[in-house]
Amino acid sequence: MGLFDIFDVAGSAMSAQTVRLNTVASNMANAEVVSGTKEGAYLARQPVFSAVMKAIGGNQASVPVRISGIVESDAAIDRQYNPEHPEADKDGYVFTSNVNMIEEMANMISASRSYQSNVEVANTSKQLLLDTLRLGQ
Amino acid sequence: MSNTIDRFFGVHAQALQLRAQRGELLGSNLANADTPNYKAQDLDFKAALSDATAQKTTAMAATRQGHIQPQGRMGGAHVLYRTPNQSSLDGNTVDTQVEQNRFSENAVRYRTSLRFLSGKIQGLMTAIRGE
Repeated sequence: MGLFDIFDVAGSAMSAQTVRLNTVASNMANAEVVSGTKEGAYLARQPVFSAVMKAIGGNQASVPVRISGIVESDAAIDRQYNPEHPEADKDGYVFTSNVNMIEEMANMISASRSYQSNVEVANTSKQLLLDTLRLGQ
Repeated sequence: MSNTIDRFFGVHAQALQLRAQRGELLGSNLANADTPNYKAQDLDFKAALSDATAQKTTAMAATRQGHIQPQGRMGGAHVLYRTPNQSSLDGNTVDTQVEQNRFSENAVRYRTSLRFLSGKIQGLMTAIRGE
């Protein structure tokens, strides 16, 4: 029913943005992680959003969001010469993560703004529903 | 009698329903602001309201078995895709600022209809009580 469905939609978007914030936090936390092998290096993660389409005849007006998967970045992994590092390989190299800090910061701001706008949507809808309940009083 | 009351409430009962539906559409647009390939939708409010008040059916003619009705809801035929001001690389046509403004505009108009209805109900109550 109309306004009640907005809570589902805004809620789904809020949880999707939370996942996005979580991946940003993981990426930033692991930005300085190094590994002795190229395969072991930390790869930046990103969620993929997709719209949930309802079956024909259902309520097409409300379109919630879902996370259809988490993808790992295929950006190049840096190799650093650091023979003192305990993880260094036999040639003295360590492999760093491919996290781009600037990208992550921009992602974080975008995610929190989207989260805020969805909170606003849910709040407004709640207020409208409460006003409707008081109709005629 | 119920017809008289319907007429007394005028356009606001239908307007309220359509406003709620439009709010749902705009809320979905905002929720999908970061979804690749999502196309923003909106309601052609004027056309939907004039159809709703004229009691006109917006259903398509089903001349064959298996023809699908777009939606069983009010104003279903008047849901249109928005023309983006600026296209984005991921195919998403949601402009968050525009949607936010339309959402709050829609909320204010919903409240306006509510206020009108409230006033009418209070008028009726006064008439019933005869105070």
